[in-house]
Amino acid sequence: MSDQAVRDIILGIIAVVAPDADLSDVKNDARLRDQLELDSMDFLDIVMELRKRYKIEVPKEDYPQLATLDSCVAYLSPKFAAMATA
Amino acid sequence: MHFDVVIIGAGMSGLAAGIRLAYFDKRVCIVEKHYAFGGLNSYYTLGGRKFDVGLHAVTNYAGPERRSAPLSKLLRQLRLTRDDFDLHEQRFSDVQFPGRRLRFTNDISVFTDEVAREFPLEADRFRRLVERVREYDDLLLDAPYRPARPILRDALGDPVLIEMLLCPIMFYGSAEEHDMDFAQFATMFKSMFLEGFARPRDGVRTIIKALVRKFRASGGKLMMRCPVARLETDGRRVVGVTLESGETLTADVLLSSAGYEETMRLCSHDDAPPQNRESGVHEPGRISFVESIAVLDQPPAKLGHEATIVFYNDHETFTYARPDEPVDLRSGIVCCPNNYEGHDDLPEGVFRLTWLADYEPWMQWDGDAYAAAKKRYHDVFLSQGERFISGFRDHVVFTDMFTPRTIHYYTGHCNGAVYGSPRKRRDGRTALENLFICGTDQGFLGIVGAMLSGITIANLHVLARE
Repeated sequence: MSDQAVRDIILGIIAVVAPDADLSDVKNDARLRDQLELDSMDFLDIVMELRKRYKIEVPKEDYPQLATLDSCVAYLSPKFAAMATA
Repeated sequence: MHFDVVIIGAGMSGLAAGIRLAYFDKRVCIVEKHYAFGGLNSYYTLGGRKFDVGLHAVTNYAGPERRSAPLSKLLRQLRLTRDDFDLHEQRFSDVQFPGRRLRFTNDISVFTDEVAREFPLEADRFRRLVERVREYDDLLLDAPYRPARPILRDALGDPVLIEMLLCPIMFYGSAEEHDMDFAQFATMFKSMFLEGFARPRDGVRTIIKALVRKFRASGGKLMMRCPVARLETDGRRVVGVTLESGETLTADVLLSSAGYEETMRLCSHDDAPPQNRESGVHEPGRISFVESIAVLDQPPAKLGHEATIVFYNDHETFTYARPDEPVDLRSGIVCCPNNYEGHDDLPEGVFRLTWLADYEPWMQWDGDAYAAAKKRYHDVFLSQGERFISGFRDHVVFTDMFTPRTIHYYTGHCNGAVYGSPRKRRDGRTALENLFICGTDQGFLGIVGAMLSGITIANLHVLARE
């Protein structure tokens, strides 16, 4: 799966979790929490949506890997790849 | 039948918890003893008219631009939209004491101006208090108990101002008599003055129906008219839920919105060691209310009463406690649903007056004595209405009244205690490792607070735990 596809999946999830967030200009390398005013409840929901939709598990100690769009792509791409070949 | 989670109670907190869990694919069942949803915030129809049981105001109203406000958080968590709740803001409300009046709206500057007008020497100190409250983190689960009155006496100079702040705040959410936890004070202050009041045009049923719809659409199961007879425990965990019908449900986790003491009374404790019953902390609430409701032939504003809510007290000090008499007439709350924005075209006027009540006689009177007491206080109500609307009596076309007994019927709370036990369990834990408390006795307040309570407990003890 391309980086862009993973990026779009993340943004798609954020659009569901926080429909009031402005997603028109999300920077790749800045913290999502700060850019979009997400709180810890929203972050839990991003993790929960990944599990619900894609059966991808993100253990608690890995939550910091979801800090920016870039780090999400780096962390999740192998998981999506593993899922595709499974 | 086995579920991942069984929830006791289809009120605001139980439904909100249920939505979270069902949405994330848990097998969830809510068991509710009534035929009606909503618990403390239920609704009914009488004489072809729709009434709310508890709701005066949805506190915590904040517009969509305030994304970190509790209301915005909970809409995101429940995947609901603002349209689902159809909230309309208040016009203005008053706190009335002898010779004094503080008016407030959903804009805090109106309130700070009023405090400066009525208590000129307190203006700066009050502004500092507002900032202190603004910084307070509402959703802290482990804030230590600190009584509010000493903190307020340090922060403000005029004792009457302190009473005029405590009056509306205690009325709208203190389970404790005489004083309250400063954390609760700060949370309530924010929800009433820094956020504000709103109401769905059709009353609380709009919110309840949105929750029920979402819960069902997410795959949750609702069992109505299913009182729980017993929670079967092995002393460590709840191993089964026995319904009065004889049916037994099992679940990995149990969330109860029935109240702490009320839930513990359901536990089969023959087999539970006494230390797990936490003997000695039996502390049901003592704060209950009577409310009289009048339907008027005109909207109250046409009769000169334009305030959405009026909190009044006829003395310089405000006594918030279980009264020595069936009803405490020294203070009260008047709510006129018509006086919310966008409510102008409601078919009739409604005027509600709420007083503190002593639950004991109301719970104990037999049918005739109970009816006679209702009649007696109904007459008092009709004359008190004159304070707010002249010729009140002549405009009344229909009335109803609820008492601590009614509240007990809808909520199951001991003593008909509206706000439950003064001892809150903010992390929801009980002595049984898979049983958690949400709702009134968890301690988030108001309608938005109740829903956030269910969400928080479901997140903390089920979703985030995996």
